Amino acid sequence: MKLTVNGKTEEIDQVMTVLEYIRFKGIDPRTVVVQKNGEVIKRDHWEKEVVRENDRLEILRMVGGGSF
Amino acid sequence: MADVLVIGGRKLSSRLFIGTGKFPDKKLISAVLEKSGAEVVTVALRRIDFNAEEEEENILNHIDERYILMPNTSGARNAAEAIEIARIAREAGCGNWVKIEVISDQKYLLPDNQETIEATRVLAQEGFVVLPYVSPDLMVAKKLQDVGAAAVMPLGAPIGSNRGLRTKEMIRILIDQIDLPIIVDAGIGRPSEAAEAMEMGCAAVLVNTAIATAGDPVAMAEAFGWAVRAGRQAFLAGPGRVLEEASASSPLTGFLFEGAGSR
Repeated sequence: MKLTVNGKTEEIDQVMTVLEYIRFKGIDPRTVVVQKNGEVIKRDHWEKEVVRENDRLEILRMVGGGSF
Repeated sequence: MADVLVIGGRKLSSRLFIGTGKFPDKKLISAVLEKSGAEVVTVALRRIDFNAEEEEENILNHIDERYILMPNTSGARNAAEAIEIARIAREAGCGNWVKIEVISDQKYLLPDNQETIEATRVLAQEGFVVLPYVSPDLMVAKKLQDVGAAAVMPLGAPIGSNRGLRTKEMIRILIDQIDLPIIVDAGIGRPSEAAEAMEMGCAAVLVNTAIATAGDPVAMAEAFGWAVRAGRQAFLAGPGRVLEEASASSPLTGFLFEGAGSR
């Protein structure tokens, strides 16, 4: 199954929810925000929202910043 | 009467906003915020790097809940991207303040004012408290006022340059003509420059690089806190006149040797 995650294409070989995918990538789910196909997925929907073929995911995090 | 700055319905007693980028050690940030006395703190939104050796920490772990978060839209090259970043940041739990930055000039990081006005219009309608980073231009500031900006944040010098208040004359015009708070964002490199901005009547200043790249960021944060308070108080006190020639500060009569020879 092909996905685009943070601008890069990748293949995964099983069906996963958003939460399972985040854990699969070794990321602490408490620290991130997820956008799927241009829509922010609310945290309490991560467990039921399934990642599908050709989905575009953005997995983001707040970092230090001032200007630019 | 307490000197309070009200932005987006929030009463601020500190007029120093702090940016959290470029710190050599993120653990310094909580002490920097504490010592500076700041209440408003900027953060940024970035893609996670899955190839990073160590998972990066969420910056929010270093920022106590009492601070007002002001995520920036850095990385946005047009209004649509800035709007999207603002919405995601709100969803990430950053509240409804946003600092709009739309930048496509990579050398001087100067703002795209037209796109910034458009992003401000849309986000203000969506209920965001919008603080746009723009060039210190009167017409741009007037348009921002018309579309619902909560403040105007002109640059003093290019971002991260520590070059000071190079745009002082233009900022002075904004203070005179615009009813919104004018907050100098970018360029301030020394506490004396922050004090100067406040003496002129700026509502606040935003400082990041000058603190983050100081030898001792925590001590520098405290110095900026003092400078901003000093400058603000000087503004409220009303600075004295400036003259071309000397004007004695002691009485001009009753000199000890008066009449004892030619003076």
